[in-house]
Amino acid sequence: MPFIPHTETDIAEMLATIGAPSIDALFGEIPTELRCKGLSKVPPRASEMDIARVMHGRAAQDGALLNFCGAGAYEHHIPAAVWEITTRGEFYSAYTPYQAEASQGTLQLLYEYQSMMCALTGMDVSNASMYDGASALAEALLMAVRANSVNSSGRVLMPQAVHPFYREVVASITEAQGIVPVPLAFDPKTGATLVEPLKAFEGQGITAVVIAQPNFFGTLEDVDAITDWAHANGALVVAVVNPVSLALLKPPGEWGSKGADIVCGEGQPLGAPLSSGGPYFGFLTARQQFVRQMPGRIVGRTVDLDGKPGFTLTLQAREQHIRRSKATSNICTNQGLLVTAATIHMSLLGPEGLESVAAHSMANTEALVARLTAIPGVELAFSGDRFHEAVVRLPQPVEPVLAALAQRGILGGFDLSRHYPELGQALLVCATETRTAADLDTYADALRAVLGAGLTHH
Amino acid sequence: MSLAAVQPLLIASVPEAPAAQPMLAPLTPVEPLIFEVSRAGRSAAAQRPIHPASVTLPPHLKRGTPPALPQVSELQAVRHFTRLSKLNFSIDTHFYPLGSCTMKYNPRACNTLAMLPQFLSRHPLAVDANSQGFLACMFELQEILKDVTGMAGVSLTPMAGAQGEFAGVAMIRAYHRARNDLARTEILVPDAAHGTNPATATMLGMTVREIPTNAEGDVDLERLAAVVGPQTAGIMLTNPSTLGVFERQIAAIAKLVHEAGGLLYYDGANLNAILGEVRPGDMGFDVIHMNLHKTFSTPHGGGGPGAGAVGVSQRLLPFMPIPVVGQSDSGYRWLDERDLPQTIGRLSAFMGNAGVLLRAYVYARLLGREGMTRVAAFATLNANYLQARLREHGFDLAFPTRKATHEFIVTLKRQKQTIDLTATDIAKRLLDYGYHAPTVYFPLLVPECLLIEPTETEDKETLDAFVAAMCAIWDEAKRDIAFVKGAPYTMPVRRLDDVRAARQLDIRWAPTAG
Repeated sequence: MPFIPHTETDIAEMLATIGAPSIDALFGEIPTELRCKGLSKVPPRASEMDIARVMHGRAAQDGALLNFCGAGAYEHHIPAAVWEITTRGEFYSAYTPYQAEASQGTLQLLYEYQSMMCALTGMDVSNASMYDGASALAEALLMAVRANSVNSSGRVLMPQAVHPFYREVVASITEAQGIVPVPLAFDPKTGATLVEPLKAFEGQGITAVVIAQPNFFGTLEDVDAITDWAHANGALVVAVVNPVSLALLKPPGEWGSKGADIVCGEGQPLGAPLSSGGPYFGFLTARQQFVRQMPGRIVGRTVDLDGKPGFTLTLQAREQHIRRSKATSNICTNQGLLVTAATIHMSLLGPEGLESVAAHSMANTEALVARLTAIPGVELAFSGDRFHEAVVRLPQPVEPVLAALAQRGILGGFDLSRHYPELGQALLVCATETRTAADLDTYADALRAVLGAGLTHH
Repeated sequence: MSLAAVQPLLIASVPEAPAAQPMLAPLTPVEPLIFEVSRAGRSAAAQRPIHPASVTLPPHLKRGTPPALPQVSELQAVRHFTRLSKLNFSIDTHFYPLGSCTMKYNPRACNTLAMLPQFLSRHPLAVDANSQGFLACMFELQEILKDVTGMAGVSLTPMAGAQGEFAGVAMIRAYHRARNDLARTEILVPDAAHGTNPATATMLGMTVREIPTNAEGDVDLERLAAVVGPQTAGIMLTNPSTLGVFERQIAAIAKLVHEAGGLLYYDGANLNAILGEVRPGDMGFDVIHMNLHKTFSTPHGGGGPGAGAVGVSQRLLPFMPIPVVGQSDSGYRWLDERDLPQTIGRLSAFMGNAGVLLRAYVYARLLGREGMTRVAAFATLNANYLQARLREHGFDLAFPTRKATHEFIVTLKRQKQTIDLTATDIAKRLLDYGYHAPTVYFPLLVPECLLIEPTETEDKETLDAFVAAMCAIWDEAKRDIAFVKGAPYTMPVRRLDDVRAARQLDIRWAPTAG
C-alpha cells in the first residue's frame, strides 16, 4: 500500500487494542447513507515508474520556449545551490515554526530574510512573506487604510500603468472592505504616470497612492514627485517594486523627501523558477511606525532562559489564530519555502551580483529593442527611461504573430492589445541576463520572418 | 543549565522506559547571522555574468549606496544554510503529530517530477499550444478533486487554505448578491472553528456569529435553529470538527441552513479524515476548500507554500475564481472572465501555486482510487490506536465517549490541577524525546489540550514509542515538576522570552555605524 507502513499483524494488534472488529467499524459514527459508494473519476493507482513516464512525456510535450516574456514573472539564473539546499527535508517538510525551540533554522533564516528585504527596499520592518506580489498589493492597501489615521476613506489612486492582473486581484480581495481604486492615466508618449492630474485630487481625502517602479511597461516613474505630492495631501505611498531592480534604482525608503510608507512586490525574481506562475512569494516592508498594522508572520530575535539569543514568531496578537475576526488579515500559511530559496539566492548573489543581474537585464532589453525596431514597421511605443522591459508596436495584430513565433520555439512577449487597446498592436518584451546576443538575433530574425510572411499573405 | 547537570537527571528519571529516553545531543553553538560572516569584497563570483554591463540611469532614479546584502563565498552560504536546516524538526527527521496540520510523509517523487526542467521554465503567460502537457495535469487534478469531494466544479487558483476560504465566502456573497438577496450579511461559525474562518468572513464584510458546541462535541442544534434566518449568508463548518470528532447531525444542519436560504461552506482542513469515505458534496455542502498541503501531501515548507483549491456545487459554478482549466475539441485552455462573467475574480497574478498543484497531482496518481480511501482508513486507525494507548496509560480524553477521527484531544486539566503539568510543559519536553509537539491550546474550548494527529504514514512502532515518551514525561513531572518546566534541554535554545520579543522588537539586522 503506497505510503502506508502497516502489516497485517499491526492492523490486527491495533484493532484489538482499540476494541474494534474492523477499520470500517471506526467510521461507525458516520450515518451510513453518507458513506461514499466509490470513486469513478480517480484513475487506478500508478507506480512511481508509471507516473514518471507520464510527467516526463507531458513536460517534453510543452518543451522549453526561448523566453522574451516578463510581465510580472522573470527568467533569471538561479544558482544550483539554491534549490539543492531549499529542498533539504529539514526545510521542505517542516511546518510553520510554532515550536520555536525546534524550528530555529527556519526562524533564523526568516529573520535574515526580513533584514535583506529591509536593506533592499530601504525600509525599517518586513514581514515573513505574503502569497504573491498581487495579493501583497491588496494586503498593503488594506494595511494603508488601517495605518492612515488622517485619511481612511479607502479611496486609492491606482495608476493604469500598474500590472492589470494586480489591479484585478486588488479588486477581488479588497472590494468588500471599501477600497475604491481611482485610476491615474499614463503619458502616451513616455509611458510614465502623469503627475499633473494629481492636482485634481487635492483635498479629496485620498488614503494612499500606488506607485509601481518600474511600472508594467518597464517605464520608470517620477517617484519623488508623486511621493511628495502624496505626503503633502495626507496620503500614504504604497510602492510596488521589482526587487532585482533595487540593486540599481533608488530604494522606496528614499523616494521624495520622506520615503514610501509601505513597500510590496513580487519576490519571484529572487530565486523562484517561472513554474507556470507559482509558487512565488510576495514581500511587504514598511516604516517602523506601521509594524503593528502589518499582516502575516513576523520573526523577532530574543533570548532564552539562559540568556542565549534565539528567534521566535512575534507580534502574534495581530494574527487570525489569536484575534480571529479582528485580525489584520486571514493569512496563515505564507510562502516559507520560496523565502528560503530567496534568502539563499540573495546571499549567493550579494550586492554586486544582484547589481550585475539588474544591469545585464537592462542592457539586454535595450539591445533587443534596437534589433526589433530595426525591423520595418516595428517601433518603440514609449520614450521614457526603462528598466528591463519595453513596449514595441507591431505592424500586424499581435496574437497571430505570437502564435507564429511559438511555432518557431520563441515566447515573444505579452500581448497588450486586450488590456490596453489604446496602445494599438503593442507587445511587451523583456530580455534578462539569461539571454545571449545570439538569442536576441534569433528572436529578431524570427520576428522579421513572421512579419514578412504576414505581409505577403495580405 | 549545562549539559553535565542535565544528563544524570534524565537517566535517573526514566529507568523503567529505556525505549523512551530523551536525546542527548550536545547543545548546539550559536550559528552566527549570515551578515556577521560577511566581508567587503567577498562574493560567489560564479553566480553572475563574467563581463560587466554598463547602463545609464538618470541620477534622481539611481541608488546611492548598495543594499546591505551579505558578501560571502559560495561555501560560506552553503554551510550556513545547511547548518540552519539542521536546527529544524521536520517530517523527514521527526514524528510530527501536529493536530489539524496533517504532517504526513511528502513523497519525494512528487517533488522530483514537479521540478522537471520544462515545468520550471514554463512562463505563466506561455501560449496554450505550448502548455497542453501542463494543462492536462491541471485538468485531471480538477477532475480528481471533483470526484473525491463530490462537487460540480473545482478551481485550483487559491494559493493557501485561507485564500480558499476567502474564495468560498466570496462566492457565497456573490451568489446572494446575484439574486439581489442583499440582507444576507451574517456568517455562522462554530466556536471550535479555526481562527481563519472568522477572519475570512470579516475580510468579506460579513458579520460573524458564533454557534456553541455541546458537551459531546457536536454543534448545538437548538442554538443554531434560533439564529438562522433571512440575514444568514451561510455557515462555515469543518467535518470532522476541530474537536477531532465527526459532526453526526450534519444532515440536519444542512437542512436547517438551506431552508433558511443560507449556504454551507466546508473547511477542508480535516479532509484527510474522510478522503474517499465521505464526500462533502454528499453531506450537502455548497462550497469547499481543500488544503492540498495537508490532504494531498504537498510540503509545508516551514510555513508554505500551500494550495487551497475550491470545489463548488452546481449553483456556485458561475462564481468560481479564475483562471480555471477548460477542455474543448482543440485541447485544454484557460477560462477567464470572458467565459465566467460572474466570477469573483482573480486571486493571484497568474494561476496560483502551479508547482504545488503538480505535486498534488502526482500524489493523487500514486495513490489512485483505492489509495484515497486508504488515507482516511489508516489515518483513523492510527488516531484511534494512539488514543486507546494513551487512555490505557491514564491520560484523559476530551471526548471519551466518542471515536477518534484522524485526530483526537487529550486534556491535561487534571495534571494541571494536581501537579501543575501543563500542555506547554509536555510539548516542550517532548522535543527532548525527539518528537515534535502536538498542537497545544487549540481548540480554545478544551483546557490544557493536546490535539494529536498521527497521520496514516506513521508505523505502529513510532506510535508506541511516542506513548512511552508521554508516560515517561508524566513520570518525570510527578517526581520533579520544576525539571519538566525547564525543558527543552537538548534543542538549540531553551524556552524563549516571547514577552521580550514583542516588547523589545528586534526584527531585522542592521549594519552598525563605523
